[in-house]
Amino acid sequence: MSRLLEALRAQIRELENGVAPPRHLPLGVPALDAWLPGGGLTLAALHQVEGARDEWDDGLAAGFCLALTAPLVAASGRPLLWIARQADLHGAGLAALGLDPGRLILVQAAGDREVLWAMEEGLRCPALSGVVGEVAELAPTAGRRLQLAAEANGVTAFLLRRRFAPLRRPEPSSVALTRWRVAPAPSGAAPLEALPGRPRWRVELLSCRGAGPGNFLMEWDDASGRFALAAALRDGSLGPQPAQIIGSDGRLAG
Amino acid sequence: MHDQGGRLLLAALDRAAAAAGLGPGMALADGRALVPGLKTAQLDPLEDARALARLAEWCGRYTPWTAVDPAGGGLGAGAGLLLDVTGCAHLFGGEAALAADLAARLARLGFTARLALADTIGAAWGLARFACDGPAPWRVVPRGQARAALAPLPPAALRLSAAGGELLARFGLRSVGALYDLPPATLEPRFGPELAQRLRQALGLAPEVLSPLMAVPPHIARRVFAEPVVTGEPIAHGLENLARALCRRLEAEDLGARRLELTVYRVDGSLRRLALGTSRPSRDPDHLARLFAGSLEAIDPGFGIEVMTLAAPVTEPLSALQMVLSPEGAGRVDPRGLAGLIDRLGARFGLGRVFRQLPVESHLPERASGRAPALGPAGDSAWRRGRPRPLRLFAHPEAIEAVALLPDHPPARFRWRRVQHEVVRAEGPERIAPEWWRDDPGPAEARDYFQVEDAAGRRYWLYRAGGRWFLHGLFA
Repeated sequence: MSRLLEALRAQIRELENGVAPPRHLPLGVPALDAWLPGGGLTLAALHQVEGARDEWDDGLAAGFCLALTAPLVAASGRPLLWIARQADLHGAGLAALGLDPGRLILVQAAGDREVLWAMEEGLRCPALSGVVGEVAELAPTAGRRLQLAAEANGVTAFLLRRRFAPLRRPEPSSVALTRWRVAPAPSGAAPLEALPGRPRWRVELLSCRGAGPGNFLMEWDDASGRFALAAALRDGSLGPQPAQIIGSDGRLAG
Repeated sequence: MHDQGGRLLLAALDRAAAAAGLGPGMALADGRALVPGLKTAQLDPLEDARALARLAEWCGRYTPWTAVDPAGGGLGAGAGLLLDVTGCAHLFGGEAALAADLAARLARLGFTARLALADTIGAAWGLARFACDGPAPWRVVPRGQARAALAPLPPAALRLSAAGGELLARFGLRSVGALYDLPPATLEPRFGPELAQRLRQALGLAPEVLSPLMAVPPHIARRVFAEPVVTGEPIAHGLENLARALCRRLEAEDLGARRLELTVYRVDGSLRRLALGTSRPSRDPDHLARLFAGSLEAIDPGFGIEVMTLAAPVTEPLSALQMVLSPEGAGRVDPRGLAGLIDRLGARFGLGRVFRQLPVESHLPERASGRAPALGPAGDSAWRRGRPRPLRLFAHPEAIEAVALLPDHPPARFRWRRVQHEVVRAEGPERIAPEWWRDDPGPAEARDYFQVEDAAGRRYWLYRAGGRWFLHGLFA
């Protein structure tokens, strides 16, 4: 039955997009990969990551972006383009999170429009593995253009929402394939109680085409140099439970 | 008019004033007595020099070898421009046509100008100042006839100093032709080396080279429009043609352009310049034209653009083999695609804003990562692991208010951007001292860094320097 569903889904996808079925990249976190449709992050598509608080990003969302992009760079061997208004990513910090800073090309742009322009230019270059752009606001038409450019050239696009002022207007619905929200979580156990332990995030998958929203607690494992699901989980959202989870679009997930 | 020792003297006059009998050096009072309605303006030598330099730049539409000639007595009178039109004259229909065109344009711009074209600098200088007057303000002396043309001119036409001219007058030599008769060996011991040198230069026997106002790039493509263009489309089309012509020149010498300069010369005597760089030497005309595409709209054509030139001041060797690349396999990087992208991003934002980070051997965190060009080779040193380092490092550490129990302890709570944070866990201190072994040791005081975690789980990098607390970075 599920095989029939998969086949039907693939057919619908082909009819919708008109291109080859999208490829997926496993992120190395089994629970997350099982949740996402296709078993991993969808390549050649637009993804959106944002921080939890309304004021400004504290580096958490950027760190999660790195969690998504580091396996991409490692798998394809091609560089990553990161466009921001302030080029304040620190090389030593990047190296500590598993991304070789030599593979990261940073661009310092003046405003949101410039960031979006640079993202489109980068998406048209198949020599890149992915493009990350830090924007404050995103209009739906711009998002659609980025998605089309990503699909056409096989480069994955990531939008990092950095809001420098509290949000006043209601947010327009996003056209990204997956939307993530990253919130801080107290760190794990440490040798001494007073020392910070392994960094942890509460990652919320707000929306995903083909899967439902989910909650994950992730932590960075320095020893293995990878991200992993933390030992203590929240809300029992370990993996897809077919009878229970209804996706946001009303279809069965998993 | 200018002020000399409390008296106001006339410095320069126009034709009408000269016709009325006024002369430079005359007192203003006398001048007003002769011509009651005399209009005067203050002499501003600096502004005059600047205007002359601008005019010299505009004359770049004829040839890149232009220079300002400041020679001339006293108050800037007699200053002029020197243009070397060797090899350019045919583009404008011949030497006579070029001189006539230049004279007409200068007259349109409001200048009263005298021109002479000869085969040496000295001859042209003298002829322009002493042989052109009245109805024909320009003169072309064909090759080899400079000697004959200079003969009737006074000796001052040889660019002599005032003392030299006086000396000759005392000897009764009132024209250059008289000097021809003297045996050349006696000129130097009698009149000094200057006269002999100037005479030889004017006759072409001694070399003299023009030193141009701006560095002349070896590769230039030039396009002259038949009519001044105002709209964007012919400008873009002209740019494409220029790019093709320049790339053909570069191909002949196996070079690629690293820096490009586009200059447009407008009808009103001014010019606009656009410069950009590329990350790799390139001679692909479509790529070069596209790099300029974004900034072309920023050029204001004014009343019209007459001439456009595209020059490559900096070039690097680029053989045909380097340009043909085959990406082997899906994993290999195609430098041409990436290089083109870096060029486009650099053209819009500036190549300094597209970079990678390379590790630098330094303890200070703000110096530990340096910027490198996006397409350069990988550095030698590796990133230092072991100490916790933040993901985002602020360029300027932000001052915070923090409360710590003991001086060496991490803060118990702190306040950043008007938000209070309670510190739950902390690690440190890590002392980073100024690098005394360098010429520029960095900050004045040693800093004690702490990695702190607040109640929510966010982690910050704080430091204490001399009793005050600062926030330097954010962890992921």
